[in-house]
Amino acid sequence: MLLKRLTEASGVSGNEKEVRDIIIEEIKEYVDNIQVDKIGNVIAYKRGKKDSPRLMITAHMDEVGFIITDINDSGLLKFTTVGGIDHRILVSKSVKVGKKQIPGVIGAKPIHLQKKGERLKTLSLDQLYIDIGVNSKEEAEDLVSIGDYITFYSEYVGFGNDLIKAKALDNRVGCNLLIDLLKSNTDLSFYAVFTVMEEIGLVGAGPAAYTVEPDISIILEGTLCSDGPDTEEHLIPTKLKQGPAISLLDRTTLFNIDFRKYIVNIAEKNGIPYQFRKTSFGGNDSGKIHQAKSGSTTATISVPCRYIHSPISVMAKEDYKNTCKLLKSILSEIEKGDF
Amino acid sequence: MNFNSELVEKLVNIYSPSGDENKIREFIKDEIKDFVDEVEIDSLGNLIARKKGKGKKIMLAAHMDQIGLMVTDIDDKGFLRFTNIGGISPILSLGQKVIFKNGTIGVIFAEPVDNMGKLKLENMFIDIGVLNKEEAEEKVSIGDICVYEIGFSENDNVIFSKCLDDRIGCFVLIETLKRVKNSDNDLYFVFTVQEEVGLRGARTSSYKINPDLGIAIDVTSSGDTPKAKRFAVSLDKGTAIKVKDNSILTHPKVRELMVQVAEENNIPYQMEVLEFGGTDSGAIHLTREGVPTGAISIPTRYVHSTVEMSSKKDINYSVDLLVKLLEKTI
Amino acid sequence: MNSKEFLEILSNSSGVSGYEYRIKDKIISEFNKYSDEIKTDNLGNVIAVKKGNLNKNKDRIKIMLAAHMDEIGLVITAIEEDGFLRFATIGGIDPRTLLGQEVLVHGKKDLFGIIGAKPPHLQEESERNNPVKLEDMYIDLGLKKEDILDLIKIGDSITIKRNLIKLQGNRVAGKALDDRAGIVTLYECIKKLHKLNHYSDIYFVSTVQEEVGCRGATTSAYSINPDIGIAIDVGFASTPELPKEDTLNMGKGPGITLGGNIHPGLRKKLVEIGKEYNIPFQLEVEPGPTGTDARAIQITRQGIPTLCISIPLRYMHTSVEVIDLKDIENTAKLLAFFVTSISNENLEGLLCY
Repeated sequence: MLLKRLTEASGVSGNEKEVRDIIIEEIKEYVDNIQVDKIGNVIAYKRGKKDSPRLMITAHMDEVGFIITDINDSGLLKFTTVGGIDHRILVSKSVKVGKKQIPGVIGAKPIHLQKKGERLKTLSLDQLYIDIGVNSKEEAEDLVSIGDYITFYSEYVGFGNDLIKAKALDNRVGCNLLIDLLKSNTDLSFYAVFTVMEEIGLVGAGPAAYTVEPDISIILEGTLCSDGPDTEEHLIPTKLKQGPAISLLDRTTLFNIDFRKYIVNIAEKNGIPYQFRKTSFGGNDSGKIHQAKSGSTTATISVPCRYIHSPISVMAKEDYKNTCKLLKSILSEIEKGDF
Repeated sequence: MNFNSELVEKLVNIYSPSGDENKIREFIKDEIKDFVDEVEIDSLGNLIARKKGKGKKIMLAAHMDQIGLMVTDIDDKGFLRFTNIGGISPILSLGQKVIFKNGTIGVIFAEPVDNMGKLKLENMFIDIGVLNKEEAEEKVSIGDICVYEIGFSENDNVIFSKCLDDRIGCFVLIETLKRVKNSDNDLYFVFTVQEEVGLRGARTSSYKINPDLGIAIDVTSSGDTPKAKRFAVSLDKGTAIKVKDNSILTHPKVRELMVQVAEENNIPYQMEVLEFGGTDSGAIHLTREGVPTGAISIPTRYVHSTVEMSSKKDINYSVDLLVKLLEKTI
Repeated sequence: MNSKEFLEILSNSSGVSGYEYRIKDKIISEFNKYSDEIKTDNLGNVIAVKKGNLNKNKDRIKIMLAAHMDEIGLVITAIEEDGFLRFATIGGIDPRTLLGQEVLVHGKKDLFGIIGAKPPHLQEESERNNPVKLEDMYIDLGLKKEDILDLIKIGDSITIKRNLIKLQGNRVAGKALDDRAGIVTLYECIKKLHKLNHYSDIYFVSTVQEEVGCRGATTSAYSINPDIGIAIDVGFASTPELPKEDTLNMGKGPGITLGGNIHPGLRKKLVEIGKEYNIPFQLEVEPGPTGTDARAIQITRQGIPTLCISIPLRYMHTSVEVIDLKDIENTAKLLAFFVTSISNENLEGLLCY
């Protein structure tokens, strides 16, 4: 299963190779042209019957994770986070380190030995380290090096009522959508761009948009979903099983109002459920894309994912299906030439 | 003093939040079309008006967007929750009237809070005077944007209004382009979009124009109110020539040129060293291979409130300075 | 000129971000001796080009080496009635490092002044326990307002007055070694290239406005559009209060940065060159965009494969930054051997993902 392979692959920002290789392998039969640009973005072109407007659909390949900053004398690894990870979720997790995917754990001082009140404090990064089970720096250095990337270890699991749990659903779900779209029959030509390093500051998207020069861009994401108890209704960004989330705005983009309404109309016309991403929190590749060169019209469509940026992000299969359906409908509408 | 209050009043009363600048764009286009050679609207919605010349390409930018509030949720009773578009202050918004594009009026209020200092937008709501969700949805949808609704006032010295930031810059550009007669330079008057959310319109329009020189016209703060943070810019002391803000250190040659033109023509000016904020100049000077860029600011009190205040004299001086500058061969 | 002499000239000169025109001529006159072309661009970046002599065709690879010539500093915000100056910072300055400094105010001429504040004797107990705030400090020129007004105006720049100090061994202390040490490294590199053969055109760029957001690198990388971009900046050297994993050792060679900002293939090559020529180097991890010109270069146009090399430096952003001249020499060597190793034949392979 593709989503399983994608989410279990390691692709921390700046080290997307494994994910990139899977994507290229998957799409090469379905596109007319494919290139890896100078900073690692995959830029593919699928020719249809109609070429305009110049459409670019993007998904970022990278995920949040960690990187080794030092190896101490007893072979424990010091690390820092890559991308936004809440430090409070790190303790008592398992990870995979480096190209060889060496298993490791993030431990902590036993509760028995803690001083009074220690438990009330968050553990900071400099108190944490990764143990891969070696005895010395030399042993560790045979297996890993400073600068090696680390991911959470988390298997793809189906559970509950048609839900999926995996790491890196943000944004392997977007990658998967884009791959599915390339494999489907569309009459409109488009560029499919898989970007690098979104999580560390939208690094890849600007250069990619500079190359492609799109008129219209659609950014695919796995986005913030917080619909559990204790969240006030008006503060819920998206909900599970309510369909694809169409972004209103975020810190990096005010999404084009006309294009947003156009997409909403398509959803309604085709009876596809949808919701708005109702928070201005966060940002995505659109921030760079819509401001590249002389500008592009953009929209973001996301699959809601609970607990993103953790080892246990969760999504609903039906949201995926509906997002896919919406995307195909958008493409065939644009192809008719009414946007 | 000759001051076109009528035009300013029209400009500030047009609905035009960042991301939906249609109405103001149409108005300005009508206002200027007889005075320029070409008018173009780019993909983000910037209005680019050109007065052709054989000399250097000069891009002048004033932003036509204003801060606003976007509806993110409508509850069962018809109350609207919202998020900010641009720098909206919770305290300054409390009790303000707002208006939507379709004319729907609302008022901003808040859940009870113990400490007003801790008031946050997420604890506030807009009441549009309906009885339930259905009625609300007939007037407003999620994603709709409203802006402050308050009338324009003036006296002999000053004007008071919402969104002088940056309609007053638009006004200065419009007056300038009407008055500039003898310029060898190739002038691009750009009314930009989405400045309030990050100089976005200036970035793309400047890329397209690729100017030799950039000048932004925007409001700046003032340091002349009781116990204000130290800032050597006051109302009524002249136009302000920017040295820096958080988005730019203006090009020394451009700055010197502005000072020189002001002194040659006896136009009162002040040097502005702003320790926060940014203007379109920030985006313009980093375009492509870099553009020597400066900025002219209109000293304004209470920026981003509904009662921004600027001096008529300062505004006129800003126009004077720009006109003289553009008529110079650069 | 040797590296110490040049560093001394640069460190003692003033060129706050946005005011680099004050220092650029000193850079031009030295680089001019070794470059084929030299120019100053729209934002004030100084770009010296050394053309590749091994490839006579037009398809020469372009390598951009960037070090920033600007320094953090102060700017006049107000002139008080009694002649004292108020000021703001340009770039990241810890206000605690300012009290009691001697400064030069760069008006029509340089004026000597000192940074003062209310004496501790007159402060409240509670005040004395806290650092003096920037807004409570002022510059005393010893002049009356009417004497000042002809000489300076609001917006003029100010730097701390500090002459380079020779410490033990190869170490020196001074202001603005961040990143004038980088400029000297470029200078040592261009001198070496004078004696070496290379395929590529090497662009030695002294950038402006790095300290306020890598602005000069943004525009110069756009205009040069290099095949490879390399930022040469300073990195945190170890001192007792800093965690070991976040620092470099003094005198142990340049830090080679690893992370998302860095092209993995080129970085591998750089490490190989270090090993091949026995040049000491250290590794430095920065997962996101680095705090250097490399961050701007990487995302220029269609994206540019980028490297970042750091010269270890202690007490960054104070007026007593310390570096080891040996590290400059080794960094220059590493750079020179790296750029000479790049050819039209091997570049594509190095860049392949």
